[in-house]
Amino acid sequence: MPKPAKTPVGAQPENPARLILDGAVAENEWNLLPLDADTEITAASLAPGKVILPLTVWLALRGDLQARKGEIGVWLDSDETADLIGDHASELPLIAAHFPLFTDGRAFTAGRLLRQRYGFTGELRAVGNFMRDQLTYLKRCGFNAFAYQGNQPLEGLLESLQDFTDSYQSAVDQPLPIYRRRALA
Amino acid sequence: MYQYDEQDHKLVRERVAQFRGQTERYLAGELSEEQFLPLRLQNGLYIQRLAPMLRIAVPYGLLNSTQVRRLAHITRKYDKGYAHFTTRQNVQLNWPNLEDVPDILAELAEVEMHAVQTSGNCIRNTTTDQFAGVARDELVDPRPYCELIRQWSTFHPEFAFLPRKFKIAVCGAEEDRAAIRAHDIGVQIVKNAQGETGFQVFVGGGLGRTPIIGVAIRDFLPEVHLLSYLEAIVRVYNQLGRRDNKFKARIKILVKALGAEEFARRVEAEWEQIKDGADELPPEAIEWSKRFFPQPAYKSISGDHAEAVLRDQAGADKAFSRWLERNTFPHRVPGYQAVTLSTKPTGVPPGDVTDRQLEAIADLADEFSFGEVRVTHEQNVVLADVEQERLFELWQVARKHGFATPNIGTLTDMICCPGGDYCSLANAKSIPVAEAIQRKFDDLDYLYDLGDLHLNISGCMNACGHHHIGHIGVLGVDKKGEEFYQVQLGGSANEKAALGTVLGPSFSRDEMPDTIGKILDVFVENRQPEELFIDTYNRIGLQPFKERVYAKAS
Repeated sequence: MPKPAKTPVGAQPENPARLILDGAVAENEWNLLPLDADTEITAASLAPGKVILPLTVWLALRGDLQARKGEIGVWLDSDETADLIGDHASELPLIAAHFPLFTDGRAFTAGRLLRQRYGFTGELRAVGNFMRDQLTYLKRCGFNAFAYQGNQPLEGLLESLQDFTDSYQSAVDQPLPIYRRRALA
Repeated sequence: MYQYDEQDHKLVRERVAQFRGQTERYLAGELSEEQFLPLRLQNGLYIQRLAPMLRIAVPYGLLNSTQVRRLAHITRKYDKGYAHFTTRQNVQLNWPNLEDVPDILAELAEVEMHAVQTSGNCIRNTTTDQFAGVARDELVDPRPYCELIRQWSTFHPEFAFLPRKFKIAVCGAEEDRAAIRAHDIGVQIVKNAQGETGFQVFVGGGLGRTPIIGVAIRDFLPEVHLLSYLEAIVRVYNQLGRRDNKFKARIKILVKALGAEEFARRVEAEWEQIKDGADELPPEAIEWSKRFFPQPAYKSISGDHAEAVLRDQAGADKAFSRWLERNTFPHRVPGYQAVTLSTKPTGVPPGDVTDRQLEAIADLADEFSFGEVRVTHEQNVVLADVEQERLFELWQVARKHGFATPNIGTLTDMICCPGGDYCSLANAKSIPVAEAIQRKFDDLDYLYDLGDLHLNISGCMNACGHHHIGHIGVLGVDKKGEEFYQVQLGGSANEKAALGTVLGPSFSRDEMPDTIGKILDVFVENRQPEELFIDTYNRIGLQPFKERVYAKAS
């Protein structure tokens, strides 16, 4: 059985100090831990505060971190599918999806599935190398936070969130596709 | 045909504004080459060998005369006065300036056109049968479904950064004129025993470096589920398709790696989760789409009388008779016939038309065919609804404008990519080969005697000229910096889709016309009465052709 393509080694998301959250520039209150095979993370060694864990770490420590539930988020790499979190999504305050390259569009599917299949209502954050011009589609796929690590000012990114004011398909932001809305009209 | 409402207009206007901003940021150095690349591709803009190339979308090949006139105007104002019809029923401009592209897109938007998703790793323009709605062998008109697929796939937020490009074709007739088995998804409209409309769904077809004929993963999908099923297929592909090697990233590679059964199982499992959800097509949504494709206001005509008049005209004029035989197609309504305008007279790159010719096409459409035309995947233009009694008149006008070469479906009606003359990917030129073959085989009686014969030419293994599915396929290859041509035989694009087999070592350009001549000689010598080339080939196999072509001179 072929496995999904692996993410290129070394492509880890950054954790910028500021980000876009719910349509405005905001301070980043979360600490994202990159995947680091050399450093073992345990529930005890984890610093206090809001932290976003790599999926594999979270899966291993989940049971031990019950007490800190409200401040433990998870990030999915692009070769990790949303079903690996599955119904646990509804218990999480934050899930991030990683773009190792902006051309790697798997996070769009992850976002929709987390929101529409697994009932995730917390902060859905895009991390990594996505670009400004993807914001409008990311928003439609359920993302409400954008930890942008490119070189454009965040204020310009806010404009791109408004590139489209309507849509053809149903998605997280639109319960009915246009052809059904029109047929009902 | 489909008409935009305020929502369509708004979406396309917003897209033009978005791309204008992106182009400005690129020209100002705020967007890198690498970042701008997928953005411009998804707006139809390539950077080619000599200049940018803009590929304009023609949804399922349908254009009205206003749109054709606007294309003529655009080729004059922003280009060198001609346009190129592509094998995916689109239109390309070969010489626009990058800075002008947002203005071109704005001019297109005014006539309900755009260049959205004509390139890039996204869902491309959906294609179909050029005789949709008029063919006698049609079960159901595919155009309303094509339009729904267009709306579902346009600006799809989840599927704009797929592993690779993604092409869908729909066929509603018995004969597959849309080559659906050569597409990432092929949709064949079928009826079940209860007379209900549904779809047979093929996946994993494609040409390029690894040509594969698509396989059916579902034999009957009720029409209500069309879009949710497509969504399930593309979602599985988006998650599992390879992204580490662009030559292994098409869905056909995933289907092959998983096996068609396992791929189908995953699609069905995904689809189980989303069927009966928002993407379903309730009857009223399908009816809504069908309203845009009403039967035109046909006159009530006695078919017998019209056919008798045609027979007399054909009897009196050999040239008209030839054109009638090759360039027209039977219509389901008595007294009407569909006409194919050939863009392939000898000496013109296949699919190329001038601005004046575009205007002539628009005039012909208004005068003879309810103001609409269709672009074919063989790069010709169809007037679908012409009164038989006016065919003679139409033929005379078409002849004046260079569209009446009576070669449709024959050897000289070649599919040909732009090749090394224009394209930066090409290994070899393709247009001069096409022209040399057209010049050698200009005897119409000989061409007609050969019958239906598809010769397809690609300038490189990306296979834009569909060489794998030509009865005779020609592929340009590079040998130590020199251009050579490999010949394949036995390909087929229709419901008996097959990939051609390589004949043997490749030929220089000068050798090509004679090589084709030898292949045709073997056919003529071995054919049974009225047998077509492909049938003779399937009966006698490759060997006799090989022996003749590679025989040592005695």
